[in-house]
Amino acid sequence: MGRKRNAVARFFQGLGADLKDIGTTFVNGDWKTKVSYLIMGFGQLCRGQIVRGLAFLLLELGLLFYIIDFGWGYMVKLTTLGTVETHVENRVTVYGDNSFFILLWGILTVVAVLALIFLWRLNLRGNRDAEDLLSRGKHLPSNRADLHSLLDKNFDKTLLALPVLGIFVFTVVPIIFMICIAFTNYDATHQPPSKLFTWVGLQNFKELFGIGGQGFGGTFFYVLGWTLIWAFFATFLTYFLGMAVAILINKKGIKFKKLWRTILVMTIAVPQFVSLLYVGKMFAADGLVNAYLLKWGWIKTAIPFWTNATYARILIIVINLWIGIPYTMLIVTGLLMNIPAELYESARIDGANAFQTFRKITLPYMLFVTGPFLLTQFIGNLNNFNVIFLLNQGKPQSMSLSNNAGATDLLVTWLYKMTINDSNYRIAAVIGIMVFLVTAIISLVVYNKVLPSVKDEEGFQ
Amino acid sequence: MSKRRKIGNGFAYLGLILISIVWLFPFVGLVLQSFRGESGGMVNYLVPKQFSMVNYQFLFSGASKFLRWYGNTLTIAIFVSVLQTLVVICVSYALSRMRFRGRKLLMNIWLVLGMFPGFLTMICLYFLLKQMGLTEAGAVPGLILISVASSGMGYYVCKGFFDTIPRALDEAAILDGATRAQILVQMIMPISKPIIIYTALVAFMAPWCDYIFASYVAFGYESGYNVAVAMTRWVWTNDYQGYFTRFCAGGILVAIPVTILFMCLQKYYVEGVTGGAVKG
Repeated sequence: MGRKRNAVARFFQGLGADLKDIGTTFVNGDWKTKVSYLIMGFGQLCRGQIVRGLAFLLLELGLLFYIIDFGWGYMVKLTTLGTVETHVENRVTVYGDNSFFILLWGILTVVAVLALIFLWRLNLRGNRDAEDLLSRGKHLPSNRADLHSLLDKNFDKTLLALPVLGIFVFTVVPIIFMICIAFTNYDATHQPPSKLFTWVGLQNFKELFGIGGQGFGGTFFYVLGWTLIWAFFATFLTYFLGMAVAILINKKGIKFKKLWRTILVMTIAVPQFVSLLYVGKMFAADGLVNAYLLKWGWIKTAIPFWTNATYARILIIVINLWIGIPYTMLIVTGLLMNIPAELYESARIDGANAFQTFRKITLPYMLFVTGPFLLTQFIGNLNNFNVIFLLNQGKPQSMSLSNNAGATDLLVTWLYKMTINDSNYRIAAVIGIMVFLVTAIISLVVYNKVLPSVKDEEGFQ
Repeated sequence: MSKRRKIGNGFAYLGLILISIVWLFPFVGLVLQSFRGESGGMVNYLVPKQFSMVNYQFLFSGASKFLRWYGNTLTIAIFVSVLQTLVVICVSYALSRMRFRGRKLLMNIWLVLGMFPGFLTMICLYFLLKQMGLTEAGAVPGLILISVASSGMGYYVCKGFFDTIPRALDEAAILDGATRAQILVQMIMPISKPIIIYTALVAFMAPWCDYIFASYVAFGYESGYNVAVAMTRWVWTNDYQGYFTRFCAGGILVAIPVTILFMCLQKYYVEGVTGGAVKG
């Protein structure tokens, strides 16, 4: 708590110092600096720093143009998300506000305003530093030096400019947008452009956790439970079985090691939509597997692989082994060679059998080295859309579950269905936030508690 | 001892042969079905009664837009592969080799962003793309843009590799008067060939499986589909019986080049995956 208050205090102290700095720069600065408070880059241009000056000036003009010409009208409506509904007047449709665009372009405008303030501050600091240098009788860096530094000392800015911008526009802004949606009533009955949606506070969260009546609670915890079970089995079964297969292939005296590996790797190489769709059909009621079992007389009626919840769940985990084992096999094969041969040698002399050497040497080493990998696998499986969706789209559905959820639906596939089939964006957004929370909590716990303890105990390093 | 080992190895071979059968069985089935002359959906026998090329002929006949979809996917895959690799190299170099203000903060923010499920932002991305005219008819460039724009966050494996290159090399080059840009292009990139190939390979393979975003962005506009969207629809239609063998044939046509490419570059793939797993 104390540390938190410190951080807050430091933030305000920093802000105060910054404001004071802006003031003193204005008071002490020459007229070029003072003009730069309005026209960014003016001082730089006057002092011959054409490149910097132009960059500031053009950015200011561009951002101002966006804000004034386009964004402002949306931003001021952010608090209500629009008040005029589209309606028909004298048999002519009059378009009102579009809540969706108000929110989206409004957020972009807020971002643009913040960017403008940030650039303005940089511009002031640049002016002050230039004045400092000049007053001490030094030269300013030339335009050529400025450009050259973008390939050398400031190369990081050149490299990161586009990637950061891309992530900002196509990841950060959409995420902010969707977090906002979680606090609105944007769903099938409130769809722009014909209808408005607006802020509703925490109502969606209450609905998601509410059990009984209107609540999704029962379904939510059911789906969350299966998501966790699935991620657990999908991660650890593939991990241990993959390790077993790798050890089998690397056994002394086994020939054609490359052939075995290549056969297994086929499932990584063939695009999943081909292999999984085919395998899914193989297990259908009229599929190949049932057909042969019937033909051979092993069963009397087709096994409902995809329509019985328990069968479907088990089958999905098993088929996932088919996809997942080769990954672990590849990784473990590479790592097995790193284990010092003397360890095995001395274990053999001490009379340890194969299982004991595995438990005492191989396994601890693997767990130690691949700890972070297991975590990423687990998180990847929490969000493993392809396997579930291509195999059976989360079916079988059940009347006891709300919003078309099925027995094998993960949170992400459920979220997807809500968006595509029901246009229930508000609840989908809340679920998205829940997925984020689950991921973040698991990652934090594993990184801070589990991984360090594994490392300490085993003492490899 | 040696007798025991022989028995043990016998069991090991038995196990490996069983595993191989399980692993290859679906692919054998897929190939056989693609040559099946009889129409209909799933049948209760593996080997077709009548081998024929009719399914492949259908794909090339122009009765469907298969060639267009194939071309779309190939275009996306090539562009994404090249551009994404460039972005990843740039980001990895900056984060691995340079020290600047906000570096740690940037990495932490990206880590947190990565924890949000991607589909969450789907509708928002759709409207952003639509505003730029990159949906439906513009689905192909739209998908390339989306894949490349966020690819900077996938720098972990590549940065991990860059981290293992001794910094002393950089310092020596700087003393010789090389700029940072020259170090990246002339020194780091040639040493990093395996990891660059790995990055490009993974980026090339991903678009072939892209169903979710691709179907959303194309939004029912047939010419903008990729193979995954188009052929998944074949299997999921109510009339899948009519299209099942065609799906198998198309699947084979998609799988063969990707698989061959993967097998040729397998060495680099293994290197990348192993390195990535160890460093996390």
